[in-house]
Amino acid sequence: MAKDDKVMTDDDVQVVAFKLRNEEYGFSILNVQEIKGLTDITRVPFAPDFIKGVINLRGSVLPVIDLKKRLGLEDTPYTANTRIVIVQYDEVSVGMLVDAVTEVRTISAADIDTTRAITSGTDSSSKFISGIGKVDGRLIIQLNISEIIGLSGEE
Amino acid sequence: METNQYMEMFLDESREHLQSLNDGLLSLENDPEDLSVLNEIFRNAHTLKGMSATMGYTKTAELTHDMENLLDMLRKEQLKVSEEIIDVIFKCVDALQEMVDNIANGDGEDAVDVSELVRMVNAIAKGESVAQAEAETGVKLPGTPVEPAAKPVKSQLPEGCELNDTDMLVIREAKNSGLIPFWVHVEIADTCLLKSARSYMVMNVLDELGDVIKSVPPAQDLEQEKFDHSFDVCLVTDADAHKIEEGVAAISEISAVKATEIVLDAPKNAEEPKAGAAVAKASTPAPKADPVAKAADKHPAANGNSKHDKKNHVGGQSVRVDIEKLDTLMNLVGELVTNKVRLEQIGMTHRLTELTETLEQMDRVTTDLQSVVMKVRMVPVSQVFNRFPRMVRDLAKELNKDINLTIEGEDTELDRTVIDEIGDPLMHLLRNSLDHGVEHPDDREAKGKPRTGEVGLIARHEGNNVVIMVTDDGAGINADKIRNKAVEKGMISREEADALPDADAVRLIFLPGFSTAETITDVSGRGVGMDVVRSKIESLGGHVDVETKIDEGSVFKIKLPLTLAIIQAMLVKVQDEMYAIPLGSIDSTINITPNDIKTVQNKEVIVLRGQIIPIARLNEVLSVPQGKSNEEDDIFVVVVHVGDHKIGIVVDNLIGQQEIVIKTLGKLLSGLKMLAGATVLGDGHVAMILDVSALM
Repeated sequence: MAKDDKVMTDDDVQVVAFKLRNEEYGFSILNVQEIKGLTDITRVPFAPDFIKGVINLRGSVLPVIDLKKRLGLEDTPYTANTRIVIVQYDEVSVGMLVDAVTEVRTISAADIDTTRAITSGTDSSSKFISGIGKVDGRLIIQLNISEIIGLSGEE
Repeated sequence: METNQYMEMFLDESREHLQSLNDGLLSLENDPEDLSVLNEIFRNAHTLKGMSATMGYTKTAELTHDMENLLDMLRKEQLKVSEEIIDVIFKCVDALQEMVDNIANGDGEDAVDVSELVRMVNAIAKGESVAQAEAETGVKLPGTPVEPAAKPVKSQLPEGCELNDTDMLVIREAKNSGLIPFWVHVEIADTCLLKSARSYMVMNVLDELGDVIKSVPPAQDLEQEKFDHSFDVCLVTDADAHKIEEGVAAISEISAVKATEIVLDAPKNAEEPKAGAAVAKASTPAPKADPVAKAADKHPAANGNSKHDKKNHVGGQSVRVDIEKLDTLMNLVGELVTNKVRLEQIGMTHRLTELTETLEQMDRVTTDLQSVVMKVRMVPVSQVFNRFPRMVRDLAKELNKDINLTIEGEDTELDRTVIDEIGDPLMHLLRNSLDHGVEHPDDREAKGKPRTGEVGLIARHEGNNVVIMVTDDGAGINADKIRNKAVEKGMISREEADALPDADAVRLIFLPGFSTAETITDVSGRGVGMDVVRSKIESLGGHVDVETKIDEGSVFKIKLPLTLAIIQAMLVKVQDEMYAIPLGSIDSTINITPNDIKTVQNKEVIVLRGQIIPIARLNEVLSVPQGKSNEEDDIFVVVVHVGDHKIGIVVDNLIGQQEIVIKTLGKLLSGLKMLAGATVLGDGHVAMILDVSALM
């Protein structure tokens, strides 16, 4: 893992970075509750198609969102690296199915591009993106959790 | 104020007293001659006044005080109970309710303007009619005599202690009824660590002896220890100074206590000589040095105790527990049950007799534990029911109808979660009965019925369910009217409507967007009525049905499960998916062959004991991903029922009966049809719980 030489400031954000196909994405670490290996996911009839199903997290039933489906990416089979990232937003806990979790990175605010050209395109999945972080020549796409969960009203 | 430890108690008790005020007033209205009811009402108002004054809510105390005056006049038959007066008192109770609610919300009591009410109450107390009083509200009543400015002898009061007009009024009142006002000065030992606790005990003792009018510093400062080592309390009581001093001195860490009678230099006070004598008495030295007081020692204590015992006896020993804690406890018991089931499975697969035996023991314990936790969460339906008499009364007045509401079985208990949700649907049904059901008195007379309409609210146990019925002896529901309406609204076709038997036609009122009221009134009939009632009750795992007879009335019957947390269920398998069907809705499980399935109008049915039952294939209904196609000879059918309707659910396999803990699917997956929730099975897998009523 690359070392961060910079001193962390208030504007820096820590993200949990993970892979979906070949691209790297991230959630703010403040929203991430835990990361879990793949367990049995129970299909929920009549649920929206991006909801893979529900899992048992220490006795509670938690919905799991298939992130690739949600972002309109092509599906890939499960691997040994497949993880469920449990995020919490507005008192709702949700699991997010990702291909692999890569690392926890600190990105300084200056390196996050929130240009409207990227984040407000006409593409339906662009509303899910809150910005793009640049670290060591890699791009980590920051995701907007409330939009992904779909509690902001449009779903 | 949020940290105030007595706040909760104050709010709870205030609400209780307001509720009994409401109840009392209602029965007074029915029987204006019943003085015992009046006494009860008076006592409630009185306690409420004392409590709010102690907590420093002067406006609440003021209004209750005025109300109490009025009640006192009624009690002493100086005024006759009339409908108008009761209406005004009801308004006072409403205002008080609002104030208490505002206090609970942290808004304080000032948001409610009671000045007009106070004026009206005072005017009536002076013998004016309500109409007059109303006409004069907003204008300062010219006839109101200015209260004689009775001020206590200043020098007699401790420093910083002033009595405002309300206090004076209360004191004068008390004097007139033979009670004596005292200033009680209490000093707490320097070594005392929990001053607030001691002051609270002092307040308790004083409360038992009489009524605490005010304290310096105010009660909330006392609770937060915002005082040095002494405080003053103004008290009206029928006890004498010794009794007060004895009672307070009995509390440990109290270094000194002194009760002094308050003398009012009111010019017209006829009792002045007597009061003067009392002052002399009050200046006797502190109780420790007083043999007389010592001799009397046991009396006040015994007095206090007996009062206390009585109180405890009525309510039983009880503890108030935060509902969240109960929910947590319930969840933990749920976890325990899940794990127990898992252990049982291990015992079975590995044939460990010793484990199985131990588990049988454990099973008994968990079953007991579960039922106890369940019982703890049970609340009598009276908590919901007791707000209805008032509502029915107001509504009947508004609608100009004579209604007699009968409530039965209000001590029937239901899970708290159900109680919380059942209020609105019941209110709606009652409003409907009053508005659409019961006819106007004249119409009733024309039909040869008594002018007063009977509306009933009945709760009772029925097996593992609780049934709540809302009955009326009104016009009943005209099935043809319902048919026409449904056709008009395009909900069903004319042919379909005509083919429906009357009983089913009436049930159309539960469909969304149905309202038969010709004129939409404020009371009911906004077109969202009955389907909301139905969906609410079904979301609670219940069922609502209606029976009606023209000109004889209607009965709305709500069936609710006793509890929502842990249920018995049948686990079934469809392909690789596991589903749970609540045992309560299962009629039977049968084994059939493909030949037993017949078709009627292209719908698959089976004939079971002469009854034709439609069937639903679960894999198709839930669009289960098709794995192996299995046209086996054996077909398992679970026959379920909702009300009188039956349906057979075709599944691949029956796994068995099990206790399951119902978990919600959460915000994200709320409102999915066919699913009543999910449960975690013994092996950690999640299974969906079917909402059988959605299959119908």
